[in-house]
Amino acid sequence: MLGLGILKGLIETWRNFQGGYYDPARLTTVQYPEEKLPPQENARTIPFLVYDGADPLAGMRCTACSICAVECPAHCIVIVKDTVKKPDYLGKMQFHPKVFDIDMAVCMECGVCAEVCPFDSIKMDRVFELSSDNRSMVLQKLDLAKSNDYFRQIHPVEAAAVDAARAEEQRKAQAKKDASPVPTVP
Amino acid sequence: MIAPPPELQTPGAGDFAGHDLLEIAMGPHHPSTHGVFRMNVLLDGETVVKLTPVFGYLHRNHEKIAEKNSYLASIPYTDRLDYICSMTNNWAYVLSVEKLAGLAVPERAEYLRVIVGELTRLQNHACLAGFLLQDMGALGTPLMYAFREREKILDLFESLSGSRMMCNYMRFGGCRCDLPAGWLEQAVKVVAEFDSFLDHFEALLNENEILRARSQGVGVLPPGLAVNAGVTGPGLRASGVNYDIRKVDQYGIYNRFKFRVPLGQHGDVFDRYMMRILEMRESIGILGQALRDIPPGPILDPKFKLRNLRPKPGEAYGRIESPKGELGFYLISDGGPAPYRYRVRPPSLINLTVLEDMCLGHTIADVVIILGSIDIVLGEVDR
Repeated sequence: MLGLGILKGLIETWRNFQGGYYDPARLTTVQYPEEKLPPQENARTIPFLVYDGADPLAGMRCTACSICAVECPAHCIVIVKDTVKKPDYLGKMQFHPKVFDIDMAVCMECGVCAEVCPFDSIKMDRVFELSSDNRSMVLQKLDLAKSNDYFRQIHPVEAAAVDAARAEEQRKAQAKKDASPVPTVP
Repeated sequence: MIAPPPELQTPGAGDFAGHDLLEIAMGPHHPSTHGVFRMNVLLDGETVVKLTPVFGYLHRNHEKIAEKNSYLASIPYTDRLDYICSMTNNWAYVLSVEKLAGLAVPERAEYLRVIVGELTRLQNHACLAGFLLQDMGALGTPLMYAFREREKILDLFESLSGSRMMCNYMRFGGCRCDLPAGWLEQAVKVVAEFDSFLDHFEALLNENEILRARSQGVGVLPPGLAVNAGVTGPGLRASGVNYDIRKVDQYGIYNRFKFRVPLGQHGDVFDRYMMRILEMRESIGILGQALRDIPPGPILDPKFKLRNLRPKPGEAYGRIESPKGELGFYLISDGGPAPYRYRVRPPSLINLTVLEDMCLGHTIADVVIILGSIDIVLGEVDR
């Protein structure tokens, strides 16, 4: 009968319409600014730099090796090496970045920098309300620096793995240092 | 009065003696063109007598950028080709790099690829069906139903890869990260819900008389022309040509799954729409098998270095059955850190070449649904 198909379809529409009053599966809209979804463990937006301890400058893990700047698909990272070396968490002397800028207007939030970083220094943040009142979105070293506690808070599983690996490395370095003979002055 | 050029006076195009033709530019900001795409349409009354597609508005130098960047840095760019199905774009690219560099993929990673690939197919086809019905005048309702289901799949992608659409998930020789806890159970649930959604979606519109009158016999693509023009994907199979790269090439581990390839008979808009619905059913079948059989194990060789990949000089072409058709990446390596030549074979662009042949003799309103049934994404057409 002509029109039967239309009627069948309208039954579906009716089912969805009245289901919206009591069926939670049909109430999928999240009223965004008032209501926010819980963040995911490995959600990623923009990168940030991790530092240990309380002082961002002293505890910054970045060693200015520029691997992230080379691998960045959009080439939005600019790094200038400092001229003096400082000891890192293993006691090794390492360079630190004098300038570390990321142009967030160019960054495409792919996470390649965090993936290739051998020092677990650059990680992906999950902040997402980034509108600002000026046009430049270049974030500098101190804007990017965030503490390890923050990293633990936003990515607990990944941060726990990183912390364990670093503690293990530290333990090994300490053992090596203890085992090596102390040079005696004749 | 402009006399029409002689090449336009084809049989079936009408006799122009005594009246004018109207040339209009449809697009690039027309909402039915799914992006910045323009059609210069020459009309005799309402009937299309000539159609020239104009594209390139979204060109952003993808291939040249990839020849400057390292192999790894091109993966996020492939997400942006066909931005609805980033997972399959990743897959096609890493498949060709794996062919080029001779890398093996662990078992679990192969299963993960099939799972995310088929989920991508589900959400792409759901979107396409919704958009096509919207083009036909079913404003909003089917599209919103389809988007509600797509949202669940995007949530799965977000918890897996960290991003909803720009997943950047696959790597040469495996995948980037393993499944988070509880993901598989959630995926099984989403796939089961998708099956019941399809039942309701089909009840909503498949038998609708208006839909049938609007789409049957419109935009017929003869199988001979489809093959000659290099059309692939659901558009080709709607014309009755049995060609699915999952069956022909059996890339990855597709030889382990049982599924059928749906074929159409008429090659019209309705068949192309039904092809999507039937393919979603088959994808649900594949997903059921893959989610059941996925083994534990590594997802990436831990010794393999992603950085500084320098494949030996040579060339490779990797292709997959993306939701839109054959998506291929052709790479030439000269031993350097970046490919010497990088070429994408985009299904959207090549399927679009038969647009004029399908539209001739139909009305301007049919052009909209014929374009909608091809399933193009302008990010991939223009690259």
